[in-house]
Amino acid sequence: MSRRLLVTVFEDELDIVNATRTARENRYNIVDVYTPFAVHGLDEAMGLKPSKLGWVCFALGLAGAVAKLWFQIWTSSQSWPVNVGGKPLSSVPAFVPVTFEIMVLFAGVGTVITFFALRKLFPGKKPHIVYEGATNNRFILVLEQSDAAFDLRNVRTMFEPFNLVAMEERIDKEKK
Amino acid sequence: MSEVYSILREPLIGGNKTYNDVTNDVCSPLERKPTIAWWFAFTISFTMLIAGVISVTYLLTTGIGTWGLNNTIGWAFDITNFVFWIGIGHAGTLISAILFLFRQKWRTSVNRSAEAMTIFAVICAGIFPIIHMGRPWLAFFVIPYPNERGPLWVNFRSPLVWDMFAISTYFTISFVFWYVGLIPDLATIRDRAQSHFKRKIFGFLSFGWNGSNRTWSHYEKIYLLLAGLATPLVVSVHTIVSWDFATSVIPGWHTTIFPPYFVAGAVFSGFAMVLTLMLIVRKVLRFEEYITLHHVESMCKIIIATGGIVSMAYGTEYFIALYSGNEYEKFTFINRALGPYSWSYWIMVSCNVISPQLFWFRKIRRNVALVFLISIFINIGMWFERFVIITTSLTRDYLPASWDSYSPTSIEIATLVGSFGLFLTLFLLFARFLPMIAIGEVKGVLSYGRKNNGEHL
Repeated sequence: MSRRLLVTVFEDELDIVNATRTARENRYNIVDVYTPFAVHGLDEAMGLKPSKLGWVCFALGLAGAVAKLWFQIWTSSQSWPVNVGGKPLSSVPAFVPVTFEIMVLFAGVGTVITFFALRKLFPGKKPHIVYEGATNNRFILVLEQSDAAFDLRNVRTMFEPFNLVAMEERIDKEKK
Repeated sequence: MSEVYSILREPLIGGNKTYNDVTNDVCSPLERKPTIAWWFAFTISFTMLIAGVISVTYLLTTGIGTWGLNNTIGWAFDITNFVFWIGIGHAGTLISAILFLFRQKWRTSVNRSAEAMTIFAVICAGIFPIIHMGRPWLAFFVIPYPNERGPLWVNFRSPLVWDMFAISTYFTISFVFWYVGLIPDLATIRDRAQSHFKRKIFGFLSFGWNGSNRTWSHYEKIYLLLAGLATPLVVSVHTIVSWDFATSVIPGWHTTIFPPYFVAGAVFSGFAMVLTLMLIVRKVLRFEEYITLHHVESMCKIIIATGGIVSMAYGTEYFIALYSGNEYEKFTFINRALGPYSWSYWIMVSCNVISPQLFWFRKIRRNVALVFLISIFINIGMWFERFVIITTSLTRDYLPASWDSYSPTSIEIATLVGSFGLFLTLFLLFARFLPMIAIGEVKGVLSYGRKNNGEHL
């Protein structure tokens, strides 16, 4: 299925946020916004839900900590118990530092891998750059021309106050 | 352009830059041929690295006997260097993670290179315990893996094992944090690269980043999560390093003050190293408008705070040793200040306690040459702090018959020089091939204290 897209380009972070908010308020279908840096307030303007990666991080950290604590108890008291200075075999307070480190390791690395998988980012992936300057100084709002009532003139008037730099029509061949 | 300037706050980035200016300024050093100064610095660093490689090779083929260690002093130069380098790394994490959590926007100009510094410093640190093993090809024995010796596992009650886990986790998380921060900037370089080869390399490294806000939204979240994880991690790392000493029964080591004392000392020394490097970088790469005097001043203030904690710790441990009534503790501390290694103790005190006090003066904080000089003093002082703690406690222990003295051999000194060579070589290569300043993050704070559009985001 191909989609007709409208690529609108802005020059400033304030403009993109306001343009995105206005487009959403006017019930336009926002495909995505492309910015050279993380623009604060844009998530809200786009109507994105807050990322749930925090829960992934929590779960992975918990899993890492539990697994490592179990492993330490198992190796020290079950698999091959060694009496070190008469300390108890399962000396849990001494296992805290390593448990903590492994918790951080699992949570940190695991969350980043989840993020890459979620956004389908991987080394060597061919980038899909919507408009030149998307990673430098251009802020791009992509709208979907979803119905016949979609009128370019209306869009132009709507974005007039936000210093619209350029506007292009595209056909999206990607299957979504 | 008509700009309205805020009278309340000094802009973080000078020169009234546009987004495109930022990209150009940060990327241009990577696109032109290296300067004479760079080649000069690289040649010296690489020569130092070669000296280190030769000395380590000699050590590994001959044995630990090439070092000045003896029965009494089993730890000296190598562990001093290990703790020194690990400490250096901590400022990078403080800038990238802790200042991020505290919303200190000035961090954006220095976080990238400070994080790189962390990674390189941890690499330098990691070398020392491994070569101290004497048989580094068996270093993997510290990792608990199923083996045919029982299976015999590592002793999880040992601080040295904790240390191995702490350092390797610290390295991994620092690297991931740094790389995640680098991806948008790698994409920026990719999109402006002229040569096909460069576009390919940066295209591979930038993971197909295209600036989509759906990605940015998750990205911001993981950045926050990584900062939240790195913050307790950095505290845990130097705490565990201090436990290498504090869990022993050596007078001068066996104290509960060690963890906070070591963490503050690490941040203190790390910020001195960040200043040393940044002051060179801003001069050589002409980043004066990005790393402004305001940045230098902020870092000086952190040095006063952490230096104050360190000085307080020196005073406290001395007082407690004298007040404890434990004659071995008391002797060790008197021996530190007045014994055969008193010169190193007084170098430590004058560099770490006295020299940072100059930063109370605004004039000095804003004088780049003086700040550079003081940062060098602190680097030296903090190296000596570790030397004092490790060596003086060991030279004269419980039994006078076993007292001995220690002096480093040329091999040990060459290894230290080599670690500096490795650190500087890596840093210079980083300055040559990757953006030294977080382009994306600086663009985000460009409007700070500058524009007044009447709307607050």
